[in-house]
Amino acid sequence: MSALVEIRDLLVRREKRVALEIEYLNIEKGRVMALVGPNGAGKSTLLLVLARLIKPERGEILINGRPAAGLRDREYRRRIGLVMQDPLLLNVSVYDNIAIGLRFRHISRPESTRRVEAWVERLGIQHLKTRKAATLSGGEAQRVALARAFVLQPELLLLDEPFGALDKKTRAELLCDLKALLPTIGATTLFSTHDDREVNALADRQIELGEGKIHTVSGV
Amino acid sequence: MLFNNPDIWEVTLLSIKVSGLATLISLLIGLPVGTLLALSKFPGRSILLSLVNTGMALPPVVVGLAIAMTLWRSGPLGGLHLIYTPTAIIIAQVIIAAPVVTGLTAAAMQALDPRLRLQLLGLGASRLQMVLSIWRETRLPLLAALMAGFGSVISEVGASMMVGGNIRHQTRVLTTAIVLETNKGEFASAIALGILLLLITFLINFALTWIQQRGAK
Repeated sequence: MSALVEIRDLLVRREKRVALEIEYLNIEKGRVMALVGPNGAGKSTLLLVLARLIKPERGEILINGRPAAGLRDREYRRRIGLVMQDPLLLNVSVYDNIAIGLRFRHISRPESTRRVEAWVERLGIQHLKTRKAATLSGGEAQRVALARAFVLQPELLLLDEPFGALDKKTRAELLCDLKALLPTIGATTLFSTHDDREVNALADRQIELGEGKIHTVSGV
Repeated sequence: MLFNNPDIWEVTLLSIKVSGLATLISLLIGLPVGTLLALSKFPGRSILLSLVNTGMALPPVVVGLAIAMTLWRSGPLGGLHLIYTPTAIIIAQVIIAAPVVTGLTAAAMQALDPRLRLQLLGLGASRLQMVLSIWRETRLPLLAALMAGFGSVISEVGASMMVGGNIRHQTRVLTTAIVLETNKGEFASAIALGILLLLITFLINFALTWIQQRGAK
């Protein structure tokens, strides 16, 4: 497998403390990789660096073998999909929330409608399309957040504890659906979690982080 | 009858025109500056925010004095011949309303979850698209800021009196007319003008509230 992302000699400081220090990491195309480790290990920091929402103090990120530094922030971010622990939806309809990234990219309305319709169906939220985001349950809102990322057809999908804010039952249902959906998307995926069940269900590789450093990278 | 007097409608229209324009200009200043204060970090930001918050409590009569001294014939901008004109009142009212709109805009944006900005950028938003999305998200408090800005100027008398001079057919607005009628001992006229002022303020705020609450649904 060729590398989609390579990280070299990365150093990130947050509040004067080393938050992440990675000598080398290779994220192969098509892989689903789990980031595990205790709180403060650097999981979210790594995802935010990969989303270019935190600037590292030093280091290089290569995308498809080319330095990502050559890409403008917006250009770079339009190749990724980001889902955080909380859905962070806007106070508009579910449909408008899912379509927002497509609007940012000026995707045509018919194409946008086609993609949104396809994903609301696949995620079982078709009946929620016209509802205001504020009226959704936690599980429904997280499905909308996932749909919002999936419609973008990202090369790299970054999920920061996507099930972290959900109750046990909702988490199990969503995990089951995501397990079926992820292979069909084809996006290289990196997700952070504390839960071994999520690692076993979704990931083919596991990166264990501790105190901002990679301890091990292993197969699942 | 008071309302058959054409002067009343002239004064009322001038009040709406002057305070409406001052509010609009304050919005054009307050919205971007408040956004910058809320979303950016730069040296002097805290001082600027404190100044804006202090400005929200500026006494109109002090603003009037400062503007009058600047615009008087012997003042630094006396050559512009703006003293005792509606433009002078608009300038003074902008100085009163702009900090209100700026401060409330900044507060509305700071109340949002800061991760929402990151999420929007993570979804591929440009800076402008991110700001427009956040304005849309905070549309209810932003309309409240607009109402507070308008309220602060339509009801002030000190600045309008000092820089406008309460000149009949030129710079007389509802609040200065009320002061004049009271000084003349014409209390019935003063009360009628007061009721008219309240009615206008109510109608404009009712319209803005209607828009605001429609957005809330």
